[in-house]
Amino acid sequence: MDILKYSIPKIAKMLREKKISSQELTSFYLNRIKNNKKLNAYITVLEDSLDIAKSIDNAGVKEKDPVLKGIPYSLKDNMLVKGIRTTCASKILENYTANYNSTVAQRLNDSGAVLLGKTNLDEFAMGSSNENSFFGPVINPWNHKHVPGGSSGGSAVSVSAGLSQFSYGTDTGGSVRLPACFNGIASIKPTYGRISRYGIIAFASSLDQVGPMARNIEDLAIAYDVVCGPDSKDQTCSIKAKESMYDFLSSDKASFEKSFSKKKIGIPRDMIKEGVSEDVLKSLDESINVLSKMGFDFVDVKIPNSKYALDVYYIIATGEASSNLSRYDGIHYGYRSKNNKDLDALYSYSRGEAFGDEVQRRIMLGTFVLSAGYYDAYFSKAAKVRTLIKNDFNNAFNDCDMILMPVSPVTAFKLGEKTSDPLTMYLSDVFTISVNLAALPSLGFPSGFDKTGLPVGMQLIGKHFDESSLFSAAKMIQEKKPEWFNNVAQEKDSVK
Amino acid sequence: MKYESVIGLEIHSQLSTKSKMFCSCSTSFGKKQNTNICPVCSAQPGSLPSVNGKAIEYAVKTALAFNCKINKNSIFARKNYFYPDLPKGYQISQYEEPLATFGWINITTKDNLEKKIGITRIHLEEDAGKNTHNYDGSLVDLNRAGVPLIEIVSEPDMRTPEEAVAYFKKIRTVLQYLEVCDCNMEEGNLRCDVNVSVMEKGQKVFGTKVEVKNVNSFRFVEKAINYEIERQIKIVEAGEKVQQETRLFDSSSNITKSMRKKEEANDYRYFPEPDLIPLVLDDSFIDHQSTTLPELPDKKKERFIKSFSLSNYDAAVLTSEKDISKYYEELVSLVGDAKSCSNWMQTEVLRALNEQKIEIVKFGMPPKQLSSLIKLVLSGEINQGTAKEVFNEMLATELSADQIIEKKGLKQISDPTAIEKIVEEVIKESPSQVEQYKSGKVALMGFLVGLVMKKSKGKANPAIVNELLKKKLN
Repeated sequence: MDILKYSIPKIAKMLREKKISSQELTSFYLNRIKNNKKLNAYITVLEDSLDIAKSIDNAGVKEKDPVLKGIPYSLKDNMLVKGIRTTCASKILENYTANYNSTVAQRLNDSGAVLLGKTNLDEFAMGSSNENSFFGPVINPWNHKHVPGGSSGGSAVSVSAGLSQFSYGTDTGGSVRLPACFNGIASIKPTYGRISRYGIIAFASSLDQVGPMARNIEDLAIAYDVVCGPDSKDQTCSIKAKESMYDFLSSDKASFEKSFSKKKIGIPRDMIKEGVSEDVLKSLDESINVLSKMGFDFVDVKIPNSKYALDVYYIIATGEASSNLSRYDGIHYGYRSKNNKDLDALYSYSRGEAFGDEVQRRIMLGTFVLSAGYYDAYFSKAAKVRTLIKNDFNNAFNDCDMILMPVSPVTAFKLGEKTSDPLTMYLSDVFTISVNLAALPSLGFPSGFDKTGLPVGMQLIGKHFDESSLFSAAKMIQEKKPEWFNNVAQEKDSVK
Repeated sequence: MKYESVIGLEIHSQLSTKSKMFCSCSTSFGKKQNTNICPVCSAQPGSLPSVNGKAIEYAVKTALAFNCKINKNSIFARKNYFYPDLPKGYQISQYEEPLATFGWINITTKDNLEKKIGITRIHLEEDAGKNTHNYDGSLVDLNRAGVPLIEIVSEPDMRTPEEAVAYFKKIRTVLQYLEVCDCNMEEGNLRCDVNVSVMEKGQKVFGTKVEVKNVNSFRFVEKAINYEIERQIKIVEAGEKVQQETRLFDSSSNITKSMRKKEEANDYRYFPEPDLIPLVLDDSFIDHQSTTLPELPDKKKERFIKSFSLSNYDAAVLTSEKDISKYYEELVSLVGDAKSCSNWMQTEVLRALNEQKIEIVKFGMPPKQLSSLIKLVLSGEINQGTAKEVFNEMLATELSADQIIEKKGLKQISDPTAIEKIVEEVIKESPSQVEQYKSGKVALMGFLVGLVMKKSKGKANPAIVNELLKKKLN
């Protein structure tokens, strides 16, 4: 029985037919996690998930039960699960136990899915390579010399290396789509406001959004369905009623004719001009080819202000982060320095000793852009340019249903390659950041492999709250290119 | 006086909502430390604020009562600073676009004139927790963290400490009428910072202002301002410049002490709170708040003058606190005679409250009981002097007026034959005074009435005594 080849609907069916048990699934994944410790995908593994699986098996999985009942998954360790350590990959929260459930964890818990553990990330989700973790870097399972992408590197690896059926990351500037791309799996960064942020440790509140990751589009739709929808605990969460993407994909509404009004896809050629590797450009052409065979026309769209996106992002995101991270002060919970002879020392040493370099760099930058005398020149101006970027996208969508572009200019780079130069590292997110600034949904899908065998990925960007177009197109791509999906890293690069 | 002072007040008022500003924790005071807390108000990672609708209602009501323009779009902002009583490391407040602006209220000055005081802005925010320090360290109690506050910022329109106190008192009165704040200053429901500067009389440009924090009673406001005016004048007289700074009022010594200079001021790094969407109020909501406003003190005072024929002064006293006006109106409705009710309130009731140092809601004699006493006076059953005695007895024993009169035999004697007997006795016993009266010293009538009253142990009806004396002597 090759569990790794099965989709969630297939496993759900097997559970109902008692061809497999939740305990078998859970111990299968727990064993794989144990055998792949080297990848460092998990910060905390929940051995007692087996007990939960057992109680699910004892109760039996019924026809009417939620589809995820009994199916194992993982969560990025910046999402709170009551009673479980939540570190955010930081020394400052090394021993912090969550005292409430995030809405995401609560909904997954209610669905009966089995949590295997909390996955590794860049500290406070700040990074593009997952090398900024207090618990050490995560390794790319396709090539152990390479990074898995960040900041949700652990979540992506847990899916691509077969260490969980599906997973969740958070995407502030590309942190779900980039590691998913580097790992050859599917992912979605939903419209800002689709998924409640309650209980998700904030990096940049106006940009953060939870995103699921999976090996195929059906699994992605199911993982998306279970967590999205209104939440009174998060006032920035949309009150739009949720519609099931899985049901939508199984209906005739998802047909090519019904899904797309213009049947046109925009390509922002201006953005993709420089610094993009040949392999990635080749893969983009291949995707265009697949989509045009399905009947899409292609138009050139312009997002002129996207050239400022990286600058705008590093002003807004760091400004918000500098404030969001103020609560980690050594007073109420978390790490407290022994060097605390007075209040100033307590603050300075606790934060100085427990935050990593990248986090400190961003706190300092953010404090600067918000400070009196600089606010107007930086934060306030960045907020205005952000509006211009939104407008650019809105204009572009006058001519197309979706926008297609690579997730990253390059495939997974080498461990240590960019750690000494933060600016080069920041460029990894050049294609993903605009989407967060514009609060748009973007679905990342795997589009094959480069010459060296590392995964390549593309993203489809949609209008606000138009996730359904993205799912619909992605499912068609999957039908045309099944070899791009359901890949598990160990089959190409054995991890024993 | 060569100098004039310019004063502005920033008043923080805790709203009396049941739950906190951004979470559902209770706001009740005096609970065991850190029991009214949750992930939101204790700033656990990942927690998010949700706005308390009741606090918005209260704030809008307050803004309307102070004649403010309500901003239909206002935004919450983060005020960033580190302090142990501030668990998030920032306070959610409002900065660039507050809830309400451009208000005013009238105060009555020393010379009994009305003066309009401008209100710059009213905004919503959350309270901080409380730090306590003892010999082995410092402790933080977060029960108060997140309690809703409104900050009412005045224009620098006040020129004397008395005006500042009158303004503060007026704000308190209106908040009490609105029932949006408990206004208990000992519990910190209402707190005040004052801004003071001095300039030469007739100048247009204000002097450098100094902010004095922690001035939390009417008395302290007066003392702190007086101290500051004196201190600043001394500096100016010496040819030096007043430093812009924040000072702290020390209520034990009645002086202000420097807390931080301008250069040491915090950079609060305000920016729009990304966890909350802009606060959008529609017309129907604002209209509803406006139509459900209670009668406010100025209106009530006008009505008291008009329908109860009270003097401006009497009406002002009786409307100075909502509960006093309520008590008074109930009393009038039971007694009917507004003027005597006003007299009773201002002499006996307010005196008793003062002596007992209590608020009228805790007063032991409900309007119903007092009304029966006043009615006895009005119907001539007892006279005014006896009534005061009975009033005190009622307070002490909680017996009814009738019971006390019965017990002590205080019922007024209105029987002319009985009074005539005493009058005749007095005339007989005071021949020289009677003689003098008859020869034209009419002022002695009062003395003779007094003797009759004394003889009757205060029970004789004074009107009848007068009548009979006059009849006998003329």
